[in-house]
Amino acid sequence: MMLQDSDRIFKNLYGLHSWRLKAARARGAWDGTKAMVERGHEAIIEEVKASGLRGRGGAGFPTGLKWSFMPTKSDGRPNYLIVNADESEPGTCKDRDIMRHDPQLLIEGSFLAGFAMRAHVAYIYIRGEFIAEREILQAAIDEAYDAKLIGQNNLNGWDFELYLHHGAGAYICGEETALLESLEGKKGQPRLKPPFPANVGLYGAPSTVNNVETIAVVPDILRRGAAWFASLGRPNNTGTKLFCISGHVNKPCNVEEEMGVPLRELIDHYAGGVRGGWDNLLAVIPGGSSVPCIPASQCNDLPMDFDSLKALKTGLGTAAVIVMDKSTDIIRAIARLSYFYKHESCGQCTPCREGTGWMWRVLERMARGEAELGEIDMLLKVSYQVEGHTICALGDAAAWPVQGLIRHYRHVIEERIDVGAVRPLSPSVPVAAE
Amino acid sequence: MSVRRLAAEQPEGFAFTPANLDWAKSQIKKYPEGKQASAVLSLLWRAQEQMGGWLPEPALRYVAGMLGMAFIRVYEIATFYTMFNLAPVGRNFVQVCGTTPCWLRGAEEIKSACRELIGEPNRVTDDGLFSWTEVECLGACVNAPVAQINKYYYEDLTPESLARLLADLKAGREITPGPQNGRHSSEPIGGAITLLDLELYKNELPEDAPPNYRLRAKVPEALTDSEAKRPGAAANQREAAVPKPPLAKGRKTKPAKDR
Repeated sequence: MMLQDSDRIFKNLYGLHSWRLKAARARGAWDGTKAMVERGHEAIIEEVKASGLRGRGGAGFPTGLKWSFMPTKSDGRPNYLIVNADESEPGTCKDRDIMRHDPQLLIEGSFLAGFAMRAHVAYIYIRGEFIAEREILQAAIDEAYDAKLIGQNNLNGWDFELYLHHGAGAYICGEETALLESLEGKKGQPRLKPPFPANVGLYGAPSTVNNVETIAVVPDILRRGAAWFASLGRPNNTGTKLFCISGHVNKPCNVEEEMGVPLRELIDHYAGGVRGGWDNLLAVIPGGSSVPCIPASQCNDLPMDFDSLKALKTGLGTAAVIVMDKSTDIIRAIARLSYFYKHESCGQCTPCREGTGWMWRVLERMARGEAELGEIDMLLKVSYQVEGHTICALGDAAAWPVQGLIRHYRHVIEERIDVGAVRPLSPSVPVAAE
Repeated sequence: MSVRRLAAEQPEGFAFTPANLDWAKSQIKKYPEGKQASAVLSLLWRAQEQMGGWLPEPALRYVAGMLGMAFIRVYEIATFYTMFNLAPVGRNFVQVCGTTPCWLRGAEEIKSACRELIGEPNRVTDDGLFSWTEVECLGACVNAPVAQINKYYYEDLTPESLARLLADLKAGREITPGPQNGRHSSEPIGGAITLLDLELYKNELPEDAPPNYRLRAKVPEALTDSEAKRPGAAANQREAAVPKPPLAKGRKTKPAKDR
């Protein structure tokens, strides 16, 4: 049973219609926003809690609960809402479509989330590379100001300033405390928690950081009711979700579907099937580069939601499905991800700064078959020494793909080492992190 | 992490143009009083644009002075964030995404094409027109392989379509961002198979739904009227109001083809 078009939140996902305010309102944006505000701060948080919405940025933390951590009485400091639009997780390109094709949903969601958390000021932190998206989003914000939907003394009855702030090319700034550092005009190096941003966030004031998709679905949840959203998906994994299907499929695409949609339906129905047919499937990374890959044998009846994927020791992450067919050199594919994490490590914690480079160099040798069998377990051991020993989750994210590779494809590495052993080994030279 | 150092040769000085100075002041106003350091990324970015794509040391000092920041704080930002180019780049700067989703769909061939057509990465061609580099995930993975050329993304690339784009740039012709294989955006190639329910769009007004809307800079829409214009009428004006375009149902984007 596929999701009905009438249940889709992002009606202009592909930009086949106009992104401008007038068209967005004709599609339902900003309808009854004032009435929602009149229901009060707590009523909105309760409604979002009842909808079961979990954060769409990767971690899946319950959104309503997160909002309820914000102080309800000010001690003189303002509350801030920060929208995380630093979409950089390899495989993920959903927030980009929201910002360039349906920006008013994000703006209205920011307004409502800001009201719920008593924030009069919000910043949207968009990645620096998204220049076209930044131009459109800024124009959309200007339109909302001109129509007095946001700003001082606006028609919706909650003073609200919305600013667009851009980054300059650093994956780590998608981590919420690194994002706050970057927004304050510093290097994007994550902060220790606690204190959590809800107590000490941007400029030392209470702040909540939410993903673009999380914020953009809020208006529809409030308009159509928590019960509608909760009726979609599966228990504890409710609602709809944007999926990005990339890699070796015939028709890579983004699509909004119910949570828990079978992986095979995403690939076969929406993305035109695996290149060369389902039997040609080798592996899938189901939630963006940071989650471990799973082999084809686990993909047949796999519901795509937080809990089902967790049970397979992987994760829904950002719901970015990266498909690899049997022509893929899986060791090289993961080695390229390891290079990504080495490149993007902020350098603050030693296990990550040194470990990401170390793992990448070993994987490169393994891809060439220039390793020793004992190094597979050593690599695994190092990955466990990186995981959980860093301030932020980038260390974990760098370790998990490597662990997934060894868990499911140890035999491929072993075979390549066996073939490589026929050739003389190049001397392995210890190299310091670049 | 990657090692990034300032270029050996630096210009004498730097100052914002009056227009950029006004713009910079408007950026600083976005942030609370005393928190003007927040504007450092956008000011450095504007300085880089003014310098034709790279950040010299005098610009770092200039921005530091403007925001009341220690030079070392701005220096560490310029070396931390990889979109700041610390040495000159070509007039057309090609950034090829090489991360796994693009790699799976042929980023290596795109890189080879760049080597062939432009040369080694991070070297400006003798005519100053081009340079290229490999970057990490650009976040347009369902349109892989992707390259950012100057400001915008060029998607669904092949070595042939990249060569065509570079040839157009060399000849001074305008190029159209977005997918290069006839696709509109992130829908499956051949046309969307969702969001076809016309009910969703019944309230949209005609002028709000340009039939060929896509991300592009200043490319006027071609007229499709077959009727001759009244004498003296502007060529880009129609006599009648723009009709409501056929909406998504059955809409097909052009089939994939290499022009």
